[in-house]
Amino acid sequence: MKILNIVLSAFRALQRNKMRSFLTMLGIIIGVSAVIAMLAIGQGAEYSVKQQIAALGTNVLMVYPGAQQQAGVRSGAGSATTLTEDDALAISRECSAVQYISPGAFAGGQVIAGNLNWSTSVQGVGSDYLEIRQWPIEYGDFFTDQDIKAATKVCILGKTVADNLFPDASPVDQTIRIRSVPFKVAGVLTKKGQNAMGQDQDDVILAPYTTVIRRLSHWPNLRFVLVSATSLKDITAAQTQISELLRMRHKIQPYDADDFTIRNQTDLAATATATTQVLTILLASIASVSLLVGGIGIMNIMLVSVTERTREIGIRMSIGARARDILTQFLIEALVLSLLGGITGIIFGVVGSRVISSIAKWPTIITAFSIILSFGFSIAIGIFFGFYPARKAAMLNPIDALRYE
Amino acid sequence: MRSTLPASSVSSNGALIQIDHLTKVYQLGEVDVHALRGVSVNVLKGEFVAIMGASGSGKSTFMNILGCLDKPTKGSYILEGIDVGKLSRDELAMIRNKKIGFVFQGFNLLSRTSALENVELPLFYGPTSNKARKEKATVALERVGLGDRTHHYPNQLSGGQQQRVAIARSLVNDPSIILADEPTGNLDSRTSVEVMGIFQELNNNGITIILVTHEPDIAQFAKRHIVFRDGKIRSDKINSNPKTASEVIKQLPMIDDEEEAA
Repeated sequence: MKILNIVLSAFRALQRNKMRSFLTMLGIIIGVSAVIAMLAIGQGAEYSVKQQIAALGTNVLMVYPGAQQQAGVRSGAGSATTLTEDDALAISRECSAVQYISPGAFAGGQVIAGNLNWSTSVQGVGSDYLEIRQWPIEYGDFFTDQDIKAATKVCILGKTVADNLFPDASPVDQTIRIRSVPFKVAGVLTKKGQNAMGQDQDDVILAPYTTVIRRLSHWPNLRFVLVSATSLKDITAAQTQISELLRMRHKIQPYDADDFTIRNQTDLAATATATTQVLTILLASIASVSLLVGGIGIMNIMLVSVTERTREIGIRMSIGARARDILTQFLIEALVLSLLGGITGIIFGVVGSRVISSIAKWPTIITAFSIILSFGFSIAIGIFFGFYPARKAAMLNPIDALRYE
Repeated sequence: MRSTLPASSVSSNGALIQIDHLTKVYQLGEVDVHALRGVSVNVLKGEFVAIMGASGSGKSTFMNILGCLDKPTKGSYILEGIDVGKLSRDELAMIRNKKIGFVFQGFNLLSRTSALENVELPLFYGPTSNKARKEKATVALERVGLGDRTHHYPNQLSGGQQQRVAIARSLVNDPSIILADEPTGNLDSRTSVEVMGIFQELNNNGITIILVTHEPDIAQFAKRHIVFRDGKIRSDKINSNPKTASEVIKQLPMIDDEEEAA
């Protein structure tokens, strides 16, 4: 019997019990569309996390003082004092793979402007900081190398700080008091939004690092050095150069551990991606349980069908159908059920993901992979759950089948 | 896909069917049931044989073996030179498809499937092309006088018409024999005679027919009578003066709505 004829007769057999066939398919439809939608949500989350991390600048390296934490124990007391301004200058001078560098200091505190106040963090940075972060000024000016040398009391406000301290007027050229030290506001940064960890990146004040060290933190060393590599592919080279330079400058013996830590955004991205991938797998696994239940539904209905059509099987055998003809017939019926369900499920899944996107403002991404996966899954389910009933039919004794009432 | 059958060579004595010391033993739990106890018979091409006997006489078992639905326990069954007892399940299916046409008491048509498609069914399991299949099925339906009912469903046809569809289905693959198992058992007497008329007509055109019946009236249309009892052949006689269905039907009273009854 030709495959096309078998497929046609399978369609007709399923048409005879439209309601039953539809309900059986519904199991697969729900399963497949759930898998598609869950994968779309998971992959959408993964994509937006990656986007946010890329927005930080992927060729950025952070150099921190102190050794990497190992099993929660930091090695060496006073390890946080190891990164100096001279180190930063040496990096900028000697590392060829480094494009921009910004020493970093840090202070937190209450900020007062007129009768308003706001608690925020003050980052002391170099003049290239905005180049590294690729973060433009919205209005006003950034401070200059001259301001850094002279440790001028100027600052740049993040959007959130500006909105809270100067809700009505332009903050430029106004004076604010950070921990009772007066600073002149030179400019306001553009809005950057939340970072991958959900922190508001605009809730910040930038000032020359020299000023922060001398006037606010009173801590002579750097809290971090922010570095950008000349290009994305130079990031490893930059990391190696900085590491070698700092080890030499700090006179670290070959068998001793670093007293600094270099971190790049790729590591962060990898961690965040791994987290969202776990989420995707979790969602898809839950959804595939319903696909499994749908498959059992197919097996159930095919078993009923074989029993109901025992006589038909007997007739077909008596006029020359071989066991494998009967097997193929019922297997293809199960396959048609699961494939129709699968295709409908893919359509529902795609539409459903779009609806979730537009209602919940949640990014969803449907990849060819998730469609191929669900399609393959429905074929596999058709064959797997259709095989037992089909075999049962094929193994019937023609005489008994003919006599079956 | 299908292996070819061994070349058929009708044996020297010209018999279509050669059955030699056939026995069949069923095991029902602990008990052995001897359904056939050594049956030997030859059937020639073009014969019209009626097999008779009470229920339990072994005639149904004999028919199942003749129809290659069952295998003998002992003895040999040679159909057109092929030793059927040695064939596999798939080869038996092929024999049923190519060489045997079945007509059953309960018609055994597929419901919700048109007359034409029912007749086409045996050809689905062979190499026939879609076009040739339709043509052959139409010709077979015309042969049994149902050329105008090709697209009717079994539930739209009377019992007699359904049995004629079944006969067309048995004919469609040009079989060596037609096996009819109580073909008139579910039909009234007038329709029974009509159906026997069709068998006689096919037989006159050279088709070998083996008919199982327990009605002596029906057996009268056959040319040879084989009577079974207790798993053995009790008598095997030529019916020197078979009735002709077309003549019998003239003597029957006319029933108006007979053809319309489902």
